[in-house]
Amino acid sequence: MSIKVRYFASLKESLGRSEDELEFVEVISVIEVWKQANKEVELPANILAAVNMEYVGLDYLVNQGDEVAFFPPVTGG
Amino acid sequence: MQVKIVEDPFDPWQEIQQFQLAANEMSGKFGATSIFVGTMRDFNEGDDVKGMTLEHYSGMTEMQLGKIITEAMQKWRVMDVLVVHRVGDLFPNDPIVLVAVWSSHRGDAFDVSRYIMEALKSKAPFWKKEILQSESVRWVGKNTDGYEKQ
Repeated sequence: MSIKVRYFASLKESLGRSEDELEFVEVISVIEVWKQANKEVELPANILAAVNMEYVGLDYLVNQGDEVAFFPPVTGG
Repeated sequence: MQVKIVEDPFDPWQEIQQFQLAANEMSGKFGATSIFVGTMRDFNEGDDVKGMTLEHYSGMTEMQLGKIITEAMQKWRVMDVLVVHRVGDLFPNDPIVLVAVWSSHRGDAFDVSRYIMEALKSKAPFWKKEILQSESVRWVGKNTDGYEKQ
């Protein structure tokens, strides 16, 4: 199954890219998505995750076609 | 309810006037309008700031703001809500955010304005990057509690 992974703000800058397209055979969690996409980089402690634009925990399971996003604490307003 | 994410400078007072004129169903019914406008400062954390870039997660921003407003409209009795938020390149004195709430009575309007702003600050996916007078650039790490330190 294919999953789109997106990165925003300072995380996007530090990784040097804004998105990845990943292929998986099995259903996996959000933290596994991070590990597969960023093999050399640990997930920074304060990073938030969303699946299909809803906030989720790192153990949330992703499905075919989902959009996973990782980003730092939000600073709007 | 209306949520607008805008790339160009906006005039909050004009936005309020236009929205209110178009909302015929509220005519004669609202007794309270609560307005919050957030504006860009020329200082932050002890440094002079000359500009700012606001990034957002298009789609998620609108979805999260819609959820926040819906929650507020279920919890309090309000007639309508308008939220406008800037993205892109901003300069000191530029309005960043407008939250306008119309209700029959002041308590609901005040409470919903506060609720929406605090929820926006913690849930809406916007990120600020500041350009200092010294030309250095930095991401704002997190939002504060909203009070000036004594």
